[in-house]
Amino acid sequence: MKTLILKTASDILLPVLLLFSVFILLRGHYLPGGGFVGGLIAAIAFVLDAFANGLKNTRKIIKIHPGFLMPLGLLISFSSAVAPVFFYDLPFMTGLWASGHIPVIGKVGSALFFDTGVYFVVVGVSLTIIFTISENA
Amino acid sequence: MLLIVCLGFLLSLAMLFISKIIKGKWAWLTTLIPLSTFLYFCSFLDDIANNQVIKITYNWIPTFKVDLSFMLDGLSLLFVLMISGIGTLVFWYTSSYLKGHEYLDRFYSYLGIFMSAMLGLVLSDNLITMFIFWELTSISSFFLIGFNNESESCRKSALLALGITGVGGLFLLAAAVILGQVTSTYTISEMLTMSNEIVMSSSYVFIVILVFLAAFTKSAQFPFHFWLPGAMQAPTPVSTYLHSATMVKAGIYLILRFSPILGETPLWNTTLITIGAITMLYSAIHMLFRTDLKAILAYSTICALGILTFLTGLGSYEALVAAMVFIVVHALYKASLFLITGIIDHETGTRDITKLSGLKNGLMPIAVVGFIAALISGGVIPTLGFVGKDLIYESTLHFKNNTWLLTGIAITTNVLLFYGGFLVGVKPFLGKKPEALPHLHMPSIRLWLPPMLMVSLGLILGFMPFLLGDSLIMPGAEILSRGESGLHLKLWHGFNNIFWLSTLTIVLGFILYLILKPSDRLKTSADKFEFLSPKSISGYVVTIFKITSKYWTMLFQNGYLRHYVATYVTFIIVLVGYLLLQDPVLRIDYNSLADLTVYEIVIIMIMLLSTLFTVFTPSRLAAVAAMGIIGFAFCLLYLFYSAPDLAMTQFSVDTLTVILFVLVLYRLPKYLKFSKNYLRVEHGILSAIFGGMITFLILKVISEPKNSEVSNFYAENSYVLAKGKNVVNVILVDFRGSDTLIEITVLIVAAIGVFGLLKLRLKARDKK
Repeated sequence: MKTLILKTASDILLPVLLLFSVFILLRGHYLPGGGFVGGLIAAIAFVLDAFANGLKNTRKIIKIHPGFLMPLGLLISFSSAVAPVFFYDLPFMTGLWASGHIPVIGKVGSALFFDTGVYFVVVGVSLTIIFTISENA
Repeated sequence: MLLIVCLGFLLSLAMLFISKIIKGKWAWLTTLIPLSTFLYFCSFLDDIANNQVIKITYNWIPTFKVDLSFMLDGLSLLFVLMISGIGTLVFWYTSSYLKGHEYLDRFYSYLGIFMSAMLGLVLSDNLITMFIFWELTSISSFFLIGFNNESESCRKSALLALGITGVGGLFLLAAAVILGQVTSTYTISEMLTMSNEIVMSSSYVFIVILVFLAAFTKSAQFPFHFWLPGAMQAPTPVSTYLHSATMVKAGIYLILRFSPILGETPLWNTTLITIGAITMLYSAIHMLFRTDLKAILAYSTICALGILTFLTGLGSYEALVAAMVFIVVHALYKASLFLITGIIDHETGTRDITKLSGLKNGLMPIAVVGFIAALISGGVIPTLGFVGKDLIYESTLHFKNNTWLLTGIAITTNVLLFYGGFLVGVKPFLGKKPEALPHLHMPSIRLWLPPMLMVSLGLILGFMPFLLGDSLIMPGAEILSRGESGLHLKLWHGFNNIFWLSTLTIVLGFILYLILKPSDRLKTSADKFEFLSPKSISGYVVTIFKITSKYWTMLFQNGYLRHYVATYVTFIIVLVGYLLLQDPVLRIDYNSLADLTVYEIVIIMIMLLSTLFTVFTPSRLAAVAAMGIIGFAFCLLYLFYSAPDLAMTQFSVDTLTVILFVLVLYRLPKYLKFSKNYLRVEHGILSAIFGGMITFLILKVISEPKNSEVSNFYAENSYVLAKGKNVVNVILVDFRGSDTLIEITVLIVAAIGVFGLLKLRLKARDKK
């Protein structure tokens, strides 16, 4: 499926979609969105690029094997869940909140880190499955 | 204390980093771990001798009353010293026995885990913790027994041992839970005071049976004994450690520990005496028909365990003392005999008793050690074995019922044990050395020092049994017998009945040794009855189980995805349908429903058309695309009913699903008709029923009064408690965040599964 139109479009679409996915992730706590959807969108962005420019090219862009995103995400989520236990002696998964207010994101709390972890896991899982299947099927 | 108990675990962790050093010259360094444990616990000897009980508790899961609580009394200190002491010798011996072995590091790490688990088991004051350590010993012994994992029989034996002892552990868990419910505590020392309540409670019988099942499987009592001879496939140091001092004694420890809590009822005593007596005689007679040194030792181990069960069953103060002394006696001589067998095997390459003789030429010091070990095993004066045997006769003679029957059984068993000890410890060294054996020279000091130390200890304690008695046995027995005391261990009691019985045993044993020569003929004559043995019978049961499960599996797991789906769907239809048919009337207030709009009708038409298209199109890709359309139509429905989160997620998931399907289907041949027509009709009917049922279910839900307590809670509290306005997201990352954490873990497992399956297949294809 190497058409010029798709190729040109995807070059622009990839960064835009990725940025959009991060946007969806960040606004999740207040407006529709979140880590799961954000991760799926990011995965779609990469898959689109793979269709247009070939899998090898996409792998080059990501640099690391997408599988490594899975433990990374799990680590982020899990750390945000156990952080209250270790640092504040609160129960597992208690929400911690910073006092400041950041534009777009709103209040920053452990929930955001948790969602970021979900984001990475979802990207990692979808890409690992899709890449493996498309390479080996 | 926690640190000391966990030293073995730490050792096995550290192996990851120090394996190079261990595989080289420094293997003996690992000995420091059990040695330091041994020395640490030796420092408690004084306290224990003064009848103190040391308790240390570390909180673990206080909500469930599960704590890492350790209790050190006479009984546990006796076991701890045996575990760490013999552990020291075994670690030391291994460094030479398996010198240069490719997986020596692995071996030490299994051994370390095993030692720690054993220590934890005998120290635990909490039943649940004890169960965890109990299972850890089963698991680590599985790895130890199956260490030569390239041999099939080794793997089989390891699996058998794990199967039997692991199932036993589950019985222990069940017993622990019931005990916990009766006494509302899991702490063993607290249960001691509630003995009466437990014995009177209605579940007493179950508790006893479960504890027995756990102990008998672990301690290889009849009819569960058959895993033990198989476990001899392990390298000799493992057999030494597992069968002389540790693993198999865990079951004995359990019944000893529980005898003041559950004991002194006819059920407890009679069962233990009967099972112990059967095990003793059965395995002692079996021993006569073996020609492999390790097999002889295996059966004599089972026999010794039978004696211990038997003594615990007698239950008197003397019997408990006898049991504890015999534990030590057995550990000392059995470990030495095992280690000597290991040396013989190492030097000559065979363990067949019919081929071995005259080894004293060249291995004289080891012959002496073997002789003393045989004396301890035979209970000849002045060894500790004599003290132990005396106590056994004393307890059977003082038992109220069937005195002479029980004494007779004890004598017979001891005669046979005497024979077995001499067969292994003496016979290989006497006579003329056959030509077939290689020239012998003394092995490294690391091999012969450990058995030498142990038999010396057996001799010293024989002369001075009070050393052992006053510091360990008496304090332990006092707790087990609920406060009785007063016995002092002595070597010489004068010329009384017991002395004559003891002499009779030794004389008979010696005569037996002189007239009965082990031969292959004896072994084959015994093999004829093999089909009747519990091992074969359990083999048949396993075979039947395997065949049944194969057919059962084939019925449901025949590899066709459509079949799986059909099974699920049928199951749900039956289950839900049954419930729905209880009240098959819909009560919907049609007036309260909103009117159909045009765009709703359009979307539903699209969905219907694409469904029909999916079913009837001859092209797979077209079917997938049509399914995608249904998915996107759903997104629209979500949007109309103001669920943007769902819509977004559904949209992305559908996109990726279609891509996945296309990737997979792209490579398949264009169109092959796989399913037969009648099957398609059948599946069609099934899906129609399923769809109809779900529709009905949803309508039913609508007709019921709505309970929105939960959703109201989330809506009201999402901003107050979690500072988020998007309720869906707040539920995902906060209220039910733990679920999400588990879900992403599952996702990762699935991805690894896909990755592994495909990569493995690729590798297999590359090989071709």
